[in-house]
Amino acid sequence: MTALSLKNICKSFGAVSVLKNIDLTVEEGEFVVFVGPSGCGKSTLLRVIAGLEDATSGSIEIAGSLVNDIPPARRGIAMVFQSYALYPHLTVHDNMALALKQEKQPKTEIAERVDEASRILSLGDYLQRRPSELSGGQRQRVAIGRAIVREPKLFLFDEPLSNLDAALRMNTRIEIAKLHRTLKASMIYVTHDQTEAMTLASKIVVLRDGRVEQVGAPMELYNNPANRFVAGFLGSPAMNFFPAEMVGGRKGTVAGVRPEHLRISQTGRLAGTVVHVEKLGGDTNVLVDIGTEDNLTLRLFGQYDIEAEAKIALDFDDNHAFAFDQNGKRI
Amino acid sequence: MNKARSNLLNSFAAHAVLITYTLIALFPVFVILINSFKTRKAIFREPLSLPNADSFSLIGYETVLKQGDFFLYFQNSLIVTVVSLFLVLLFGAMAAFALSEYRFKGNTLMGLYLALGIMIPIRIGTVAILDLMVQTGLVNTLWALILVYTAQGLPLAVFILSEFMRQVSDDLKNAGRIDGLSEYTIFFRLVLPLVRPAMATVAVFNMIPIWNDLWFPLILAPAEETKTLTLGSQVFIGQFVTDWNAVLSALSLAILPVMALYVIFSRQLIRGITSGAVK
Repeated sequence: MTALSLKNICKSFGAVSVLKNIDLTVEEGEFVVFVGPSGCGKSTLLRVIAGLEDATSGSIEIAGSLVNDIPPARRGIAMVFQSYALYPHLTVHDNMALALKQEKQPKTEIAERVDEASRILSLGDYLQRRPSELSGGQRQRVAIGRAIVREPKLFLFDEPLSNLDAALRMNTRIEIAKLHRTLKASMIYVTHDQTEAMTLASKIVVLRDGRVEQVGAPMELYNNPANRFVAGFLGSPAMNFFPAEMVGGRKGTVAGVRPEHLRISQTGRLAGTVVHVEKLGGDTNVLVDIGTEDNLTLRLFGQYDIEAEAKIALDFDDNHAFAFDQNGKRI
Repeated sequence: MNKARSNLLNSFAAHAVLITYTLIALFPVFVILINSFKTRKAIFREPLSLPNADSFSLIGYETVLKQGDFFLYFQNSLIVTVVSLFLVLLFGAMAAFALSEYRFKGNTLMGLYLALGIMIPIRIGTVAILDLMVQTGLVNTLWALILVYTAQGLPLAVFILSEFMRQVSDDLKNAGRIDGLSEYTIFFRLVLPLVRPAMATVAVFNMIPIWNDLWFPLILAPAEETKTLTLGSQVFIGQFVTDWNAVLSALSLAILPVMALYVIFSRQLIRGITSGAVK
């Protein structure tokens, strides 16, 4: 069954058009990640799905029923916010139970579901505490627990990890992935962090300026980007772009090669000067100036001693290179 | 303060300034208080000396409590102040919530319109207000005062509160909406507790002018049974004879409730915003 289907969604605030003709389906059990730079409309799209914003036009179907005119609470969704948004005056237990109380669920049912959620998220020791007495990671777990107890048809995550520090972010990311496997629920996750997108998603939706640029599985997008924007957005360090002319390509087109596909070669087609070397232990990133607007990044696995200012020549296999036309479309 | 960042001279100077200011501000109150416990002769002979065995007298308080219905005045003042404050805070907060939370046509215009009252003193409209009160039969009722004070307090309340409401996390309100809370519950249970310090500020700003006002009680509700404390105290000030014992005693008594209300609200002012909601 389809968990969510968007048809021709447009949203504008006054004269500013934020979402333009978005079509999208999310199958049951899928983990879909909306990713894009800030201001691309991904959060607005999530709010439209949640019912917190009205779409200017288009139709939204959740689990097969049209929900355009249904308030957020009755859409069968649950949402986890970036700032946790826990109710400060309620204990952890009551924070999770509130929505169920609003739905007038029987007391035993509420107790059961809250127990189950706190077991999954190991929140058992904190049930009687207030949000102000919890750490950031615990607060985010409560926020997730508040979503789980509702047993929604669709989970919505709005940049849930942005307020956590790096170590906690990785742990929570793994927990969310585990949660998705346990619950087998349909989830939509908004982020600007391409690592989160790549590691969590079963399907990534890349958005830019209110339009869908490409939809697909993470590796499909990585290996087969539809345009220069998607190619440059996914992958870290980002893909290198340079005029195709420099390597014997057609004039006016742009060539793209990922940093790990470049290699040092004495007879390389791209000659330049090393600008900076980042030694990360596991791998070494070398920034090379070849006279184009942006420096090239070369990613070497292992440890290398390369000095800045050294002359260097780079090469790559042609089957690893992408070509884009002037408008950024893949050729 | 942290030792590393404090400087003896600086903190001495700061304290000296603050203590001087406190003394200057409290001096008139102090003079009123000590003189309210003295005989009439002693008040005029040595206004700045403390009451001693000779000059001590409760005659002022006796006059105040006997003459006129002092407790009724007191009660009237309290009712008018408390009810007006309640209405100002309730409607002010509601208007502020609507202005800051909902996007609708004329939102900005409406905000400006509601804030207009800050710039135009309500006393300019006294004649029209009196006319209105006469026609609606509200003259000589406490409602006349309550309505006027509510109108007087609303503009500033809306202005201050809408600024604060904008700072309340959108995520929190949206979480409430997704959990099925009504807009009223979101307003009363989630938003109001978070803007409590701002509410206390508005309450303090409004309370003192209302309590001390003489103008509107004199014009709109001068009847014996609706006199407020400030108006009631005026009976002791005559054109030729002024009963200073009674005036000073009445003023001393009038300070008490304002002080009590101030203590209640200022505690709210000091108490920080409930933390833990966001971040």
